[in-house]
Amino acid sequence: MSDKIDLDRIYAPSEDIVVREIEGEIVIVPLVSGIGDMEDELFTLNETGRDIWNKIDGSRTVAAVIRELAEEYEAPAGLLEGDVAGLLEELLVRKMVVEKE
Amino acid sequence: MTGTAYVKKIRSGEARLWPSRRPPLTRLDIELTERCNNDCIHCSVNRPAGDREARAREWGAESWKKLLDEAAALGCLVVRLTGGEPLLRDDFGEIYIHARRLGLRVMIFTNAALMTPGLARLLKDMPPLEAVEVSVYGMKEHTYEAVTRTPGSFDAFRRGLGLLREHGVPFIVKGAVLPATRGEMDEFEAWAAGLPGAAGLPSYALLFDLRSRRDGRKNALISSLRTDADEFVRVSRRHGEEAVGEWRDFCARSGGGRGGRLFSCLPSGGSAAVDPYGRLQYCLGLRHPATVYDLAAGSLREAVTEFLPAVRDMRSAGPAYLERCGRCFLKGLCEQCPAKSWAEHGTLDTPVEYFCGIAHAQAVAAGLLEPGEKAWAVTDEAARTKRRR
Repeated sequence: MSDKIDLDRIYAPSEDIVVREIEGEIVIVPLVSGIGDMEDELFTLNETGRDIWNKIDGSRTVAAVIRELAEEYEAPAGLLEGDVAGLLEELLVRKMVVEKE
Repeated sequence: MTGTAYVKKIRSGEARLWPSRRPPLTRLDIELTERCNNDCIHCSVNRPAGDREARAREWGAESWKKLLDEAAALGCLVVRLTGGEPLLRDDFGEIYIHARRLGLRVMIFTNAALMTPGLARLLKDMPPLEAVEVSVYGMKEHTYEAVTRTPGSFDAFRRGLGLLREHGVPFIVKGAVLPATRGEMDEFEAWAAGLPGAAGLPSYALLFDLRSRRDGRKNALISSLRTDADEFVRVSRRHGEEAVGEWRDFCARSGGGRGGRLFSCLPSGGSAAVDPYGRLQYCLGLRHPATVYDLAAGSLREAVTEFLPAVRDMRSAGPAYLERCGRCFLKGLCEQCPAKSWAEHGTLDTPVEYFCGIAHAQAVAAGLLEPGEKAWAVTDEAARTKRRR
């Protein structure tokens, strides 16, 4: 697991973004300045990211997200840890998710 | 399940998010008001700022917010707030915030004169995700106000632009080639190049649209101010032959004549426009009654999924249109469209001589036609466009 992502932490979408689902794509729209690198960009997620994103809702620990995905994909949890940590790191850098207290 | 770059950027204007199925609506143009604080000699829209009759008929903020909700539900990504002068409305900020909270990018077309510190701060803190587009009518007070016919408007514009700069709000400037401003193009371009975020030359309004509300007296004035074909070509070539090369490419890509098809400008799942009174149109310039949908009596979904596709399929049976526009290979250059026919002639398919003349001058400059030749009479257009590529 990543040094930056703790399995016991809970993350939720930031209130500084708007998340939309349009024709099956998740589109993340910055609402305030300082989200992403440029002021005119929107963001979307790849297929892996989309599946993980749907579980980052402020109610599950990272460990629970991995466990649920492992059950759904019938894959070892160890294989999924890297993807979950990778997405969370990207989202944290872009300030699109926040850690819940 | 392994991925890298889980988060992908979609840059402004990129439309490849949905390779197979696009949402029913991707952009909505909203004319918040016909009213304007200026009275520009060439403008196709403005009514006086204090026009009570117009103001009383305008949709209120709640109606616009409900429409924005519907647009977002249809997948709309971008909304353009224009006018008239959209900042004239006291509820502009309320409508803007609602659009942004729905996850819409917002294009704002303004003359900047009514910008306030509070609004500039809002645009900084909650950015529109599109550069604010500011129309500039001159570099000096006397030229600017010869266009706007509004004393004090030059200082107000400078003040408004200063607020955008001070707050770091991205904006672009657009000029207009008019009798008062023709001599200032170099100065305008040099000034624009020094603005924050300047990239390339500013755009100009050259081919002024007539009023689509078909005001005969005003339209005669606008016609008299229009750039003629030779000057259009001259202005386009001021900085080299790049534009001429693009004209050739447009013709090569757009193929032969359009036959009886009237509309070629917007794809399915494209944009729609709404006037200040809640009437949906194919675009802001097209007000022919057969192409207008009253949103008060229907829904945005019905308008964009049923009404607009039927409009898009309309065809002409007009002999002049079929003989000329229907066979003309300059359709990639020509501004002829139902909106222009409507504004000029009150029909959907009457060829507009002004735009026809401009397109022919472009084609001569691009080596696609000989002087005096008519494009619709040409039978070897494929060879001409291929040869010149």
